[in-house]
Amino acid sequence: MNLAAAIHERLETLSPESIDLVDESGQHVGHAGAASGGSHFNLTIVSAQFAGMGTLARHRKIYAVLGPLMQREIHALAIRALTPDEL
Amino acid sequence: MDTKERIQQTVTGHPVVLFMKGTPDFPMCGFSASAVQILDTCGVKALHTVNVLDDPEVRQGIKDYANWPTIPQLYVNGEFVGGSDIMKEMYQSGELQKLLEEKA
Repeated sequence: MNLAAAIHERLETLSPESIDLVDESGQHVGHAGAASGGSHFNLTIVSAQFAGMGTLARHRKIYAVLGPLMQREIHALAIRALTPDEL
Repeated sequence: MDTKERIQQTVTGHPVVLFMKGTPDFPMCGFSASAVQILDTCGVKALHTVNVLDDPEVRQGIKDYANWPTIPQLYVNGEFVGGSDIMKEMYQSGELQKLLEEKA
């Protein structure tokens, strides 16, 4: 399973209405962080589970779900976490 | 002094602390560059930055300290505020300026 698929699978536990995951690794080739081989992603996720949570808590929830992937495979992850009402 | 104590001393010893890759003049990562720029736009004068690339123990230690897996990380008066996405959101809503005015 490739990394994007693994991320999608883990995010499913947040019962998202939509996931928009863009691999931006190509934009970072040659910079210091890219040397370690991790990937850069840009994520927009919409889930009712974020209702009543601040941004910090939403990001923490996503990091918790992604768990070990954040240690090495994912080098950087830009996050927009919204509820359906906030779209 | 272990790494956690060192980090604690740093974040409580300065009103505004940014753990980043590189320095404000030579950021080594786009997210760190963006964080510095936001703080600069907010008019933060007494910004204390820590270059995690210079210190592998702090680079890992800061992730454990805040239970937050990425860098940059912003601390105001010893409290973890967030990473660069959160800083951007808070800046756009005016929340960050308010926090920095009140506390820093």
